[in-house]
Amino acid sequence: MSHILSLTTFAPIIGVLAILLLRLVAGKNGEEAAGRASLWVALSTTLATFALSVLMLANFDAHATGFQFTEDAPWFSVIHYAMGVDGISVLFVLLTTFLMPICILASWSSIKTRLVEYLIAFLVLETLMIGVFTSLDLVLFYVFFEFGLIPMFLIIGVWGGKNRVYAAYKFFLYTLLGSVLMLAAILSMTMIAHTTSIPALMQFHFAPELQIIFFLAFFASFAVKMPMWPVHTWLPDAHVEAPTAGSVILAGVLLKMGGYGFLRFSLPMFPQAATYFTPMIFALSAIAIVYTSLVAFRQTDMKKLIAYSSVAHMGFVTMGIFSGTLQGVQGAVFQMLSHGVISGALFLCVGVIYDRMHTREIAFYGGLADKMPWYAATFLLFTMGNVGLPGTSGFVGEILTMTGVYGSPSTAGTWTALVSASGVILSAVYALTLYKRVMYGNVTNPKLSGILDLDTREVAIFAPLIVSALALGVYPHLVFSFTDASVASLVTVWRAAVGG
Amino acid sequence: MSVEPLLLTLVFGPLVGATLAGLFGRRLGDLVSMSVTTGLLFLSCGLAWDVFCGFWAGHSRPVTIEILPFINVGDFHSAWSIRLDTLSAVMLIVVTTVSALVHLYSWGYMADDPSKPRFFAYLSLFTFAMLMLVTAADFMQLFFGWEGVGLASYLLIGFWFKKDTASSAAIKAFVVNRVGDFGFALGIMTVFWMFHTIRFAELFPLIAAKQNATWSFIGQDWSALDLAGFLLFIGAMGKSAQFFLHTWLPDAMEGPTPVSALIHAATMVTAGVYMVCLLSPLYEHAPVARAIITVIGAITALFAATVGLAQNDIKRVIAYSTCSQLGYMFFAAGVGAYQAAMFHLFTHAFFKALLFLGAGSVIHGMHHEQDMRKMGAVGKFLPITYAVMVIGTIAITGLGIPIKGMEFGFAGFFSKDTILGAAYVAGEHSPYGYFAFCIGIFAAGLTAYYSWRLIFMTFNGTAKWGPHEDHGHDDAHAHDDHAHDDHAHDDHGHGHGDFKPHESPVVMLIPLFVLAAGAIGAGFLFAPSFVGEHREAFWQGAIFTAKSNEVLEKIESLPSWVGYLPLVVSVLGALVAIYFYLLREGLAKRIADNDGPLHRFLYNKWYFDELYQAVFVNGAKALGDLFWKGGDQKIIDGLGPNGFAWLAGFAGRQLGRIQSGLVYHYAFVMLLGVAGLLSYALWAFTH
Repeated sequence: MSHILSLTTFAPIIGVLAILLLRLVAGKNGEEAAGRASLWVALSTTLATFALSVLMLANFDAHATGFQFTEDAPWFSVIHYAMGVDGISVLFVLLTTFLMPICILASWSSIKTRLVEYLIAFLVLETLMIGVFTSLDLVLFYVFFEFGLIPMFLIIGVWGGKNRVYAAYKFFLYTLLGSVLMLAAILSMTMIAHTTSIPALMQFHFAPELQIIFFLAFFASFAVKMPMWPVHTWLPDAHVEAPTAGSVILAGVLLKMGGYGFLRFSLPMFPQAATYFTPMIFALSAIAIVYTSLVAFRQTDMKKLIAYSSVAHMGFVTMGIFSGTLQGVQGAVFQMLSHGVISGALFLCVGVIYDRMHTREIAFYGGLADKMPWYAATFLLFTMGNVGLPGTSGFVGEILTMTGVYGSPSTAGTWTALVSASGVILSAVYALTLYKRVMYGNVTNPKLSGILDLDTREVAIFAPLIVSALALGVYPHLVFSFTDASVASLVTVWRAAVGG
Repeated sequence: MSVEPLLLTLVFGPLVGATLAGLFGRRLGDLVSMSVTTGLLFLSCGLAWDVFCGFWAGHSRPVTIEILPFINVGDFHSAWSIRLDTLSAVMLIVVTTVSALVHLYSWGYMADDPSKPRFFAYLSLFTFAMLMLVTAADFMQLFFGWEGVGLASYLLIGFWFKKDTASSAAIKAFVVNRVGDFGFALGIMTVFWMFHTIRFAELFPLIAAKQNATWSFIGQDWSALDLAGFLLFIGAMGKSAQFFLHTWLPDAMEGPTPVSALIHAATMVTAGVYMVCLLSPLYEHAPVARAIITVIGAITALFAATVGLAQNDIKRVIAYSTCSQLGYMFFAAGVGAYQAAMFHLFTHAFFKALLFLGAGSVIHGMHHEQDMRKMGAVGKFLPITYAVMVIGTIAITGLGIPIKGMEFGFAGFFSKDTILGAAYVAGEHSPYGYFAFCIGIFAAGLTAYYSWRLIFMTFNGTAKWGPHEDHGHDDAHAHDDHAHDDHAHDDHGHGHGDFKPHESPVVMLIPLFVLAAGAIGAGFLFAPSFVGEHREAFWQGAIFTAKSNEVLEKIESLPSWVGYLPLVVSVLGALVAIYFYLLREGLAKRIADNDGPLHRFLYNKWYFDELYQAVFVNGAKALGDLFWKGGDQKIIDGLGPNGFAWLAGFAGRQLGRIQSGLVYHYAFVMLLGVAGLLSYALWAFTH
């Protein structure tokens, strides 16, 4: 178990090498065949990575609070190659490795050009994403965090839709803005604390005024990633243009890096600043929930609608994180994991009919429930997850974050709970309206008359997601058993630091 | 032998049935799906009666079985459990009995439908969710059941999803219920932070201590228990279609009629009443919240009754009647007579399910006609349906002999009179009780009128159907129930040229007989236990009444006119209906055709739908567009990335240099620049 983190993180790179080798062997005329074979290589690699992370989880001591499976080697200067996971990050690693094989399966027949390069981009992305959750060194984290941009940028810019260049540009511009500020903060933190070790920095007490500046610098980066209102407008464009699997990863994992960042850096390293800015975060979260839900209601493109709904759901996460209560933070972590499953599944649902009809216009569809009953049932389940129906994983995160915010030491807490609770009404409005327009009614579009229900590959894609959404919804203890200790210590330390 | 497996079968049996029929229905076939779901439901029903009889006879004690942990974070503890006490046992028999009968009835009613497994799966799923609701031992499982029945209701209202009105009604039901759940969720949070528990058994003993406490919420200090009670009651208003949040219930009639009987009359809509009674330890200490419940309940009782006067769709009349009766139950709870509320819930389940299933029998026999103006003289052709509908009507209008010591009447007589008596008693101390009493009496008259009107318009008078029927559907609501369904149309033939109404098959009549027996006997059989001398022994503390609450004691010593008054108004209402619809048939139609302002106001349901459409639906659309096109596109993007792009392009043109046209080339260069800068800076700082 000593190097399991490095192994899990870099396992996808082995797949990359294998694919490159295949491509080399296949030569100029064998592109097609190499692509097919690469799919199998990518699938087995991601499955193996998933198996590794499950192994890791099985050996994880859920009662311990600190980091586990730690690795530490000096890299250069004060910077170390340091890795480790706690009860929170270990689940994000699992989420990442869980979604990757699904993404590869989802790309099985829909990617027609440069398949080899596409798969390489995904595998590299997987390594970078896992790295974000496993690094225990600030600079190492930053490298993973920022370099993750490149493959995602390429996935949108090369394999995206018509407007991909604009979307990729917007994605890049926003994210870069945050990164530059975060970089500046990292540099100056390193100068002051003379270390880049994350556990050490968690113990380090920065002066309150410095905390404010650092907090804002990190905030710029994480808020864009989440994304929080009003720096969210890159997300709908990025989703609309990204290929299905790109959307799944974007919504499922990349957005969570923002929330993870808040938990790993903003709260423990800048506790006073975090308290100081809590009302602002509450306000932005509450606005995000209501504002983007209303915008989602008016969308005519299915992916855009789900993208806006993601922003609203991330609003629950940000307010939960800053609630300073066990319930809020647990809820936020849970909501991120659950949203990874549910929104990923919703994008896959859109992908199913996009692959068949090549349009995401809601108005194009209608009456599919009659033609595609299994698809309709699947879509319904995830729609209900999206509106937070109890019994699905979507509920647990919502109720806990709202409860947490209600009991927040901040006086803005009950107001935020009130406003966010109204988001629960609005989510029902947009999600059920979408479902009705696509599924119900009569089939009036003659192009839909021959549309086929889910095939075996698609069933294989959805089955694990359905099981996860229901299992987490009925027995959320699956998550809490891992996160309890870490979240409790996080909240206690924060509240102790601010004397609350 | 352990009772646990039996209880698990009782609660989870319907889930098993729903899963089998829902997932494998097409492979198993219609008959197997229907047999499995119906069979399991009857099994549940038998077990439920066994449980209930234990409590009724007094040899069962309250018990809670924990199955699995649910959400456990800090003090926020919840578990999947089965809580049994008299209160949940009453609900168990109501739910499983009506559900089992509705399953059976649907064999006949849905015989022509091509998606029977799906229908039965939804029915069983609903039953499971409802059972989870009533057996919850904490707020989370309660909420699970609460929203679970909402899901099933959504699916069943929209069962004929090809019909636009059906799927719209389904969304409306879900969303309006969500408005209620918004308050409900806030109520749960309030309770949690006030008491640091969401488990009923831990919560109830803590409540009295907070009697005079205040609680800070959205910047104001409130009376703690009143605030919690009020927020939770908002949930009840949504689920039980109370005034302001009632608009979904009449539209829910788009669902197949058995669904209306089960969900939108007997069980789901009563969940709000159940919740208030369950939380009696809270409400007993929350006088303001109770006053609000009383007033809202009374207004609903009146409002829905007035609207019911002017509706022509047979199901909608019964729907408004349900809404009105729920109002009675709420004001009963509001004045402190929780037992009377539960009693009316119990009797109402029988006679209202009977009325709905009877209406379904008429609709079935009339080849899916729901407009009463196109009926008349149906009684000759459906004599059994006619008879049971009359029984149901006698029950709901509360006809009976109110002589002390020898009271006799059908079910509604006992429960409604207790409620009105309780309101009168409460009225001695509070204006709200008096208000509820007056309205309750008046609404009882209206109830009698619209209920008998329904009977007379449907079964008596002259036939308005037959060879000369024109096909103009002037009433949008009174469509053919199965309009979407080609099979149904083929079976029943086109046009109304030579059709005759026909009596329903036996599978549909058996449930009617059972319910009719309940509508007759449930009142005098159970009155002593629910609200009479045995009530202490019966409830075993499942309903809490404060020492100062003597409402039920004092009912014994009411002046006798209070007992006679409901009977008098009820008979008056019936007489008016007889005058308008039997003696001077056609008079009512002429009045309606005149379309006076009062009639229009009532016919259009006080214009609530129009108001909500204008304010909330259009408001949400306008705001959504404003935020999207104004906020996101103009302001945020305009000043943000697009502004930046414009600036960059402008600068680029000024410099007149590199323009490769691919933005991501620039972006790539920028990223490399950042990486380089990072490396340099780190190197520089550390050397």
